[in-house]
Amino acid sequence: MVKQISPSISTIFTPEGQSLEQKKRLRKRHRKEYAFKTFGRASVTLALGILFILLGAISLKGLPAFFVTEIKISVYFNPEHRLADPVKKYDAYQEMIAVSLSQKFTDKLSSEDKTALINLVSLGTLKTIHAMTSENPSLWGNRRELWVPVSNALSDYLKGKKNGKLTEKQKEWVQDFQSHHDLRTSFRTSFFTNSDSQEPELAGILGAVFGSIFTLMIALAIAFPIGTITAVYLEEFAPRSWWADLIEISLNNLAAVPSIVFGLLALSVFLLLFGLPRSASLVGGLTLALMMFPLMIIASREALKAVPKALREAAQGLGASRIQVVFHHVLPSAIPGIITGTIISIARAIGESAPLLLIGMVAFIPTVPESLMSPATVLPVQIYQWVEQPESGFIENSSAAILVLLLFLFILNFIAIYIRKHFEKQW
Amino acid sequence: MLTNTPKLSVRKLSLFYGRQQALFNINMDIRKNEVMALIGPSGCGKSSFLRCLNRMNDTFDTVQVVGNVLLDGKDIYDKSVDVVQLRACVGMVFQRANPFPKSIYDNVAYGPRIHGIAKSSADLDAIVQSSLERAGLLREVHDRLHQLGTSLSGGQQQRLCIARAIAVNPEVILMDEPCSALDPIATARVEELIDELRERFTIVMVTHNLQQAARVSQRIAFFHSGELVEAGETGDVFTNPQDKRTQDYLTGRY
Repeated sequence: MVKQISPSISTIFTPEGQSLEQKKRLRKRHRKEYAFKTFGRASVTLALGILFILLGAISLKGLPAFFVTEIKISVYFNPEHRLADPVKKYDAYQEMIAVSLSQKFTDKLSSEDKTALINLVSLGTLKTIHAMTSENPSLWGNRRELWVPVSNALSDYLKGKKNGKLTEKQKEWVQDFQSHHDLRTSFRTSFFTNSDSQEPELAGILGAVFGSIFTLMIALAIAFPIGTITAVYLEEFAPRSWWADLIEISLNNLAAVPSIVFGLLALSVFLLLFGLPRSASLVGGLTLALMMFPLMIIASREALKAVPKALREAAQGLGASRIQVVFHHVLPSAIPGIITGTIISIARAIGESAPLLLIGMVAFIPTVPESLMSPATVLPVQIYQWVEQPESGFIENSSAAILVLLLFLFILNFIAIYIRKHFEKQW
Repeated sequence: MLTNTPKLSVRKLSLFYGRQQALFNINMDIRKNEVMALIGPSGCGKSSFLRCLNRMNDTFDTVQVVGNVLLDGKDIYDKSVDVVQLRACVGMVFQRANPFPKSIYDNVAYGPRIHGIAKSSADLDAIVQSSLERAGLLREVHDRLHQLGTSLSGGQQQRLCIARAIAVNPEVILMDEPCSALDPIATARVEELIDELRERFTIVMVTHNLQQAARVSQRIAFFHSGELVEAGETGDVFTNPQDKRTQDYLTGRY
């Protein structure tokens, strides 16, 4: 006969009374629970650790891009240099900058020294001087003190990067500038107010942010109404049949298609067939809309499915027609879920670059897009372009742009969570 | 009063879920202004039968109904009948109270609004007031008509659902175990209410509670395995059941 183990009440309180077998079973159960909990905690710690390292690395790299080192120059707008010739004009500006920098050391400069001095300030200074003089010609013959960004090479040197390109002479000058307090570090607003540029210290994300906003607005304006209406039709009106199942399977497959495939489709349809302009935010939006459709339809259908049957029956029992049931009761109850799904699809679309590269959004675009048809770039593509550049300033810029993109994503996800929490307790 | 003309008469009604038959050749008359209670063991088809009376079964693709249901002598399964109009005449109250996630006022006003019953907002106010009054709920909620209907207690929610159903002024009200989710006090209130409503409406009600059937119904119908075994005056069926199965059920041998 098998000896049955039945835990009597007394053994619960006095473990001494437990049989060896009972003790063994208890220990085994506790060990299993402990192992599972430990494993779960370890995975969470690992995930958080990786996230922390990722964010930390990007922040460390990107934060310098939010700051700029400026140098004080005292420019004498020498009337001799007031030239009309476009090429010679910039040479004259260089001369003016070199002279203003050299005042502290010597009056006579070799042309080598001049070049070495010019290389310490950002090339954007030439444009600044050009803008000042054409706006205000009365400057000629006067002296102005200006704070202008330093060049990428000097910036690297100041940050202590060893493989700097400065000569010993340049380094001496820099020490001299430092002793005169002619160098300062300030917040770089131009990162948010400028568009792309050849000079890393002048490049900003404004154009890319506008491009992203235009593109997402187009994508949303197309994908939201069509996606929602498709979901409502499929879920509420379409008769159950084998082709409804086929559509369902196709939608699920479509949601898993790599985004670059949508880019290929957009390239052949929108650009080659319809002849829409390359690199336009309109085409970018259409491409992202294609990608968002399946995600939105699936999310909306889930939201509609989650509406309790009792609510539909209540309305039907009162004599509401099918359309009335859907539009008066089911859809309003499903809207929070639909919006959450929409925000999650936007969050996915905002980080997409591959399909947009295929429709030509890789061009260098130094301006804010004027219209939906004008060439534009978006944040992820801008990041991709900057990462490819050799200057260290662009690497910093790309990390800073990643931080901005992540911030957008966090905000979107936060809104999605808020909407879900705020509206979910309706029944 | 023409108590002898049936309000509803069901003729040779059969119902199929796909290939499985759930109701077999049901014939039944329901008189005006009476409470007809449908009883029987779980899964016997009484709820399915109830849902045939306002074509709620139409909402399922797989359900097929054969036979006739005559409302005042006209077949509700006729092609010319609009289901929406039918359901305005034959209202329904469900097992679990299912108010809309809207205000108490909007819950009651919804039916009149979609059927265009109220001429003005004053009319609508009057309909909402009188429906809540007749459902015995007005005194409890008159000062909070704009609170969510879902914020009421279970019994109040069920009476709100009844108010919502009678606001459309139907002729027949179908009730599918309206008290099964309520406590005894709330149940007693709903039972009283059903008795009052009988003056104006014809009521068909599914119940598992035999005492309840005895208390509120005038006539009773016993279902078993998709068949209508026996129907008659409540007192007669309880005291002198004709069929062995009815007798077993009433004496608790199921």
